[in-house]
Amino acid sequence: MNAIAPVGRSLAPFEARLDGIEDPIRHAAVGELRRVGLPGPRVEAWRYTHLRPLAGHEFREAAASFDADPVGRALDESLPRDGLLASTPRLVLVNGRFAPELSSPANGVALPEGVTFERFSASPEFDALATPEREPLVALNTALATDGVRLSVAEGVAAERIVLVSVACAGDEAVSFHPRHSVSLGAGASLELIELAVSSGSGAGAATYFHNPVLTCDVREGAKLTHVKVQKEAAGATHLATVYANIAARGAYDSFTLGLGSDLARHEVHARLSGAKAAVHVNGAQLLGEKQVGDITSVITHAAPDCISRQTIRNVLTDHARGVFQGKVHVHQIAQKTDGYQMNQALLLSPHAEIDAKPELEIYADDVKCSHGATVGALDDEQLFYLRSRGVPEAQARRILVEAFLLEVLDLHEDEAGRALLDTALGAALSLRIGREQVPGQAAGEVSE
Amino acid sequence: MSDFLNISGLHARIDADGAPKEILRGVDLVIPPGEVHAIMGPNGSGKSTLSYVLAGREDYEVTSGAVSFKGQDLLAMEPEERAAAGVFLAFQAPIELPGVNNANFLRTAVNAVRRARGDAELDAVGFLKTVRAATKKLSMSDEMLKRNVNVGFSGGEKKRNEVLQMTMLQPSLAILDETDSGLDVDALRIVADGVNALRSPTFSALVITHHQRLLDYLNPDRVHVMARGRIVHSGGAELAKEIDVQGYASFLAEAA
Ligand SMILES: Nc1ncnc2c1ncn2[C@@H]1O[C@H](COP(=O)(O)OP(=O)(O)OP(=O)(O)O)[C@@H](O)[C@H]1O
Ligand SMILES: [Mg+2]
Repeated sequence: MNAIAPVGRSLAPFEARLDGIEDPIRHAAVGELRRVGLPGPRVEAWRYTHLRPLAGHEFREAAASFDADPVGRALDESLPRDGLLASTPRLVLVNGRFAPELSSPANGVALPEGVTFERFSASPEFDALATPEREPLVALNTALATDGVRLSVAEGVAAERIVLVSVACAGDEAVSFHPRHSVSLGAGASLELIELAVSSGSGAGAATYFHNPVLTCDVREGAKLTHVKVQKEAAGATHLATVYANIAARGAYDSFTLGLGSDLARHEVHARLSGAKAAVHVNGAQLLGEKQVGDITSVITHAAPDCISRQTIRNVLTDHARGVFQGKVHVHQIAQKTDGYQMNQALLLSPHAEIDAKPELEIYADDVKCSHGATVGALDDEQLFYLRSRGVPEAQARRILVEAFLLEVLDLHEDEAGRALLDTALGAALSLRIGREQVPGQAAGEVSE
Repeated sequence: MSDFLNISGLHARIDADGAPKEILRGVDLVIPPGEVHAIMGPNGSGKSTLSYVLAGREDYEVTSGAVSFKGQDLLAMEPEERAAAGVFLAFQAPIELPGVNNANFLRTAVNAVRRARGDAELDAVGFLKTVRAATKKLSMSDEMLKRNVNVGFSGGEKKRNEVLQMTMLQPSLAILDETDSGLDVDALRIVADGVNALRSPTFSALVITHHQRLLDYLNPDRVHVMARGRIVHSGGAELAKEIDVQGYASFLAEAA
């Protein structure tokens, strides 16, 4: 076994499940994990986000059976019943396992033509895009993945959209699940993946569980993958997700992540622009309160000329919440005419809230345009006073300003269906963290022609 | 004594980088109902500060004096309560609200004020009808309603947007802080029309200005000169014309 004790955190929370793994890829991942351990604060990439909440638990594999009622309720509450989303094909996982009875086509909506779907469990293959040897959480996923979805869109097919929902249904026992998803788009294909992670409130109080998904996205020449993610898991949850995207020439991976839930969350994206004129957007927003920690980490590699990368992140932090943004842009020597932009902004609404930001630019090409910036501030007193002087009560004025700050980045996401999900989730989170709207039905955008 | 607006012995200061700076040094001013008063005075004399203190801006600390408005202690009220009570301030430099749609902002404000005054709120249709009528009267394009509040507005557009808000909120005391500055002749006329449209025995206006022109349209009942944080001289409409010709030198000497 291991001669040297790992430098990182102990694997004890998972140890019982790591023994006796035989599949060679999984076995190698376990070996890697045993060598390095779970990342501790001295690992540069995990300096600001500590995995302490995982310690002291023994995470068991979640049972395959679940209580249908709370899961059904969680789905109903999170997905609007009408509008575009209701008629969008959906794939539902409960505790990391695909639930065919809750998914298309069983729910009456067919998967789009030209899209192939397969469960990971049907033929567990690990996509080469992921790098378990570099990311311990991907190694953990590789070792313990039991299910997930595998989607491929045939060349030239415009597949519209698919909703991917993860419902956690944890009870009194700490469980973890490590779904493995992959999406591949043939040349010229397009798809919007609308991802939603929620918890169903079954047990009393906050159930402890750990959600550790890995998603790989293979975007071929001229294809476009749009990816919207809303993470609103319950207190007690730890959500550590890793996304890998490889974007070929003229392809695009356009993503938006909205982080609202979990005690501890990280959305980590590794995007590689591997062909000329490819584009990647890693936009996102977080609205956190209490003692939540939310981390958005990205590593964007420009490995071909004439590519574009865009990152606009906005954080609203109340109470003792802490936001983390780490953004690395790596421009290879070949990647001339790179156009990179990165902006991280935070609104701190309490003296105890905190944002940690670490931008990193590593540029080896000489003809590039890369800018990055960050702002941190409180609500603007003049703006608050302006609203109040027009009769708007203070609490409502605060909500209007916070919402405006976040809507400016949500506006980067144009698709109506994904936007509906973002707006619904954000509205609920604003009511919880900032204060209710004074007048029901007076949401932004309502006054129109 | 009138029971409309009564400012007496008002002192206010601001914390300027740790050191208190006294700006208002004993303002006395009475505005009876139904009247339009103008305040003129050199730059930095405290006109905007007075308007902010009346509207309830918290940065300014009132150290002594009192303000009663329709029999209520204005200084004890929150800014939103003052708005509900009928105070409206058109800002010298209107604030930009990125991400806040102008129409939504107006509707939120109008309904907040209506709610507080015990009036029925306007639904989307009722609001649109009212706001359309108002923009038409002010020769404003509806396009400005779709934009974010004051963001990217020209100086004149911002001022018009203030007048639109005033029209929609139906105040009983309108304080216009240099709403006429930077306006073209037509816009000036519109501002004056906006104020004149509100005129009634229960409406008063306090118009801060550097120019005679707006006052020609408004025909104020009284003109006051403010210098070094005090009202140092008051007179009729003819005072504005005098100032236009002579400047403030004689009043400053008086105040010193
Ligand atoms: N926030 C502040 N911090 C420091 N000094 C201030 C502040 N606000 C106002 N002052 C000072 O108070 C004085 C009065 O300012 P105020 O804006 O009231 O003048 P004003 O009469 O409106 O001038 P203008 O005609 O130029 O608009 C000025 O000297 C100004 O610099
Ligand atoms: Mg001024």
